[in-house]
Amino acid sequence: MARSAPEVNAGSMADIAFLLLIFFLVTTTIETDSGINRKLPPIQDENEPPPPLKERNIFIVLINSNGDLLVEDEPMDLKNLKQAAVQFLDNGGGKGDEACTYCRGAKDPSSSDNPVKAVISLQNNRLTKYSDYIAVQNELVAAYNELRNREAKRMYGVEFTEMEEMFKSESFTGNKDKLKDRIKVIKDMYPQKLSEAEPKRTSS
Amino acid sequence: MSKFKKKKSGDLPAISTASLPDIVFMLLFFFMVVTVMRDTSIKVKNRLPYADQVEKLEKKDLIMYIYAGEPSERYQSVAGSEARVQLNDKYASLKDIKQFVFEERQDTRDELRQAMIAGLKVDKETNMGLVSDIKTELREAEALKITYITKKGEALKNLE
Repeated sequence: MARSAPEVNAGSMADIAFLLLIFFLVTTTIETDSGINRKLPPIQDENEPPPPLKERNIFIVLINSNGDLLVEDEPMDLKNLKQAAVQFLDNGGGKGDEACTYCRGAKDPSSSDNPVKAVISLQNNRLTKYSDYIAVQNELVAAYNELRNREAKRMYGVEFTEMEEMFKSESFTGNKDKLKDRIKVIKDMYPQKLSEAEPKRTSS
Repeated sequence: MSKFKKKKSGDLPAISTASLPDIVFMLLFFFMVVTVMRDTSIKVKNRLPYADQVEKLEKKDLIMYIYAGEPSERYQSVAGSEARVQLNDKYASLKDIKQFVFEERQDTRDELRQAMIAGLKVDKETNMGLVSDIKTELREAEALKITYITKKGEALKNLE
């Protein structure tokens, strides 16, 4: 004689489902894009001459269509670019009014006077690959961030990138105005001056 | 006449269906969680380059997405293999960018217009010529804040 099976209690099923739901709700993060922020220069009057710049305050980075770099007329590997950019920006070779009090560079008179004056000029031609360009951009931003982090750490005990993240996050409870001022101070010490020339028409 | 009815023997007990709704809900939740909303279908190849000095883009509604790259394989018979610009759902020419920026601005509240960012999703094999043309158009449209959307990873990976 077959016995009827005892009925399984289904009351807890809902609990299990909710548990799963809550687990997924907590663990999923909606994917956000991230990227390198840049500001384009406004269109300039062609008649207006560009402001004079001293040769030693310009750091020229050329990328050709094969992704090779020419930094200050010398070929260079991408992995050394950051260090070279840091050296150039942090040189602080200026005297008198142009002296840089916080730089720790070599104070080479043939390199930049002051980070405020130093300009990095990034030049590429029309056949340069986008990924090479982004790689170089990334390294140059990394150089600026390294210096900014150093100074922010020295002055405020926090890294610059951390300060920026704090400023953006909604949950930050501290004094936002103060933080904003501090970020501005650091930004003014090492302003990102990246000039991008129009790409040259010629190939490599 | 017995007091106790004998249980029917032989036929199978009915399977309880009380848990079915739960199973269905579970499936529903699962799909809700894993679905990624995508408002545009991308018609160009979109292998983003790597970078690690990136900032997160917070306000999604303020980003104007501009795609560029070679058309995807299934569109190549129609669109060719030359790198193209895509705005919204359609291939566009460079001249359309200004109009696109203008329209996006119209859709945004006044006080937020200053904060709008052009997000460039460009395939890594694209030539810089096209990218600089896009940038020139954006400058002319006075959309000066741009961001190169990248994947997270070391810059050296780009050289592979």
